Amino acid sequence: MLRHKTGSVTEELAVISPSKLLIQNVSKSFRGTAGDVLALDRVSLSVAEGEFVCLVGVSGCGKSTLLNIIAGLEKPDSGTVLADGEPVTGPGRERLVMFQESALFPWLDVLDNVLFGLKLKPNLTRKDRYDVAKYYLELVGLTRFEHANIHELSGGMKQRVALARALAPNPRVLLMDEPFAALDALTREQLYGDLQQIWKARRKTIVFVTHNVREAACLGDRVLLFSPHPGRIQEEFAVDLPRPRDINSVDLAGYASRITRALKNFSGSELAVAE
Amino acid sequence: MKRILFSLVFFSVLIALWEGAFRAKIWSPVLLPAPIQVVQYLENAVTDGTLFHATVITMRRLLVGYFIGILGGLPLGFLTARAKIFHDTIGTLALGLQTLPSVCWVPLALLWFGQSEAAMLFVVVMGTLWSVVIATDTGVRNVPPIYRRAALTMGSKRLHMWFKVILPAALPFIVSGMKQGWAFAWRSLMAAEIFVTILTGFGLGQLLHYGRELSAMDQVIGIMFVIVVIGLLADKIFFSPIERFLHRRWGTSQA
Ligand SMILES: Nc1ncnc2c1ncn2[C@@H]1O[C@H](COP(=O)(O)OP(=O)(O)O)[C@@H](O)[C@H]1O
Ligand SMILES: [Mg+2]
Repeated sequence: MLRHKTGSVTEELAVISPSKLLIQNVSKSFRGTAGDVLALDRVSLSVAEGEFVCLVGVSGCGKSTLLNIIAGLEKPDSGTVLADGEPVTGPGRERLVMFQESALFPWLDVLDNVLFGLKLKPNLTRKDRYDVAKYYLELVGLTRFEHANIHELSGGMKQRVALARALAPNPRVLLMDEPFAALDALTREQLYGDLQQIWKARRKTIVFVTHNVREAACLGDRVLLFSPHPGRIQEEFAVDLPRPRDINSVDLAGYASRITRALKNFSGSELAVAE
Repeated sequence: MKRILFSLVFFSVLIALWEGAFRAKIWSPVLLPAPIQVVQYLENAVTDGTLFHATVITMRRLLVGYFIGILGGLPLGFLTARAKIFHDTIGTLALGLQTLPSVCWVPLALLWFGQSEAAMLFVVVMGTLWSVVIATDTGVRNVPPIYRRAALTMGSKRLHMWFKVILPAALPFIVSGMKQGWAFAWRSLMAAEIFVTILTGFGLGQLLHYGRELSAMDQVIGIMFVIVVIGLLADKIFFSPIERFLHRRWGTSQA
């Protein structure tokens, strides 16, 4: 019995293989007051196992919509999303989302927030769940705050908890929708370092949405540029820099300015990019 | 400490003024008894058991009706918040009936149920139910959609979603609705007990009523005092701790 328990914690904390995502011809339109908006127009992309892909584009170009479709929170009008060859038909804990606002539950303390997804996983004992949650709180550096209320945390700490909560059920894919957009620059820089480290340690496939070009160049193996109205993937950059990357490095700045230039070409004056 | 002292002084002054008014014989002693007479009445009522008995009867009516009102109000509020058809029907009904002072249910209850416990129960349930329905409805509508979405990705659905996400997220609204429901139920039960004699049990309202019939002002004031104390205790023992917890968790400011 005891062996079984310890077995399932190690199993639970094991680094599992990340997913391969295949998005094929996904289109989605919304009914708006001023007629239909084509948020995504036949978007195709593939993400390799364990790859870190950043989606960049001005706001309103369909990035969140795409992320929600990959998560299974929204259905595309046409096209398919395959995760490891299986079509995505609804939300599932294999693909967890981290939203721009933390979406943490204010009625739970930090530890219970991280436990939320774990309690929905079958075959875990109370102690297993607790050990797993503690592991991830340590990973994001918040062990001391396990009993803090959510409102007592700074913006950066909230997003760390949200990251721990998303990591805890051990998903194969992490979908991040502008998770750092509301944070100050210093906090963000710290999180860039931590996220790269965690990504390396936990091996996840990450799709990361941002409108910050530097951030994309710092984090992504690849950066995909979205064009608005209709939302399409316009161009793609492979970022070939060693990790961990420093957001302030000169090489990175070079990539960022190339991406910014490309973005300017097709987004015209609607520019809300780069710092 | 200082605050306790201040309120002690305040209430001592109040009682002294009362005693002064009694001694000055501004009103006849039948209309304004001395504080000590009220204390004596309460002492007697406690020792002969009438007070305890009446309190138990009143509280039983109140609590049973109150919990029925909450148990009915929560699911109805969930329904009106989630389905248009329920919103347009039960929701509208609730909104209308909630504006009706709950004392107005007393005549109807009497005609329907006669002078019975059922009539009392009905009045209390009506006082509670609509407030809870409306508060739950508002609470559920105000749950940020992002909580649902986050919970969905983690595998929460149906009952789990209702009990572990929607209900706690709506709790601040629901608690204030419960508090309002309590106040309505308490007031209307007192009115019902004062107006209606029910042979299956004499509650506090009936003691108050007989105090008036007998022109026993010490009894009237004594029972009023008990009613006030029960109201205060409900607040201090039940609602205040819940509200404090909510304020602490949500980080909302507390007056
Ligand atoms: N639920 C919705 N209802 C109507 N229109 C929507 C909805 N969600 C997104 N849109 C529209 O779709 C487009 C893309 O939105 P979104 O994916 O949120 O963009 P981004 O995340 O890139 O800023 C926008 O024009 C937006 O107004
Ligand atoms: Mg967005």
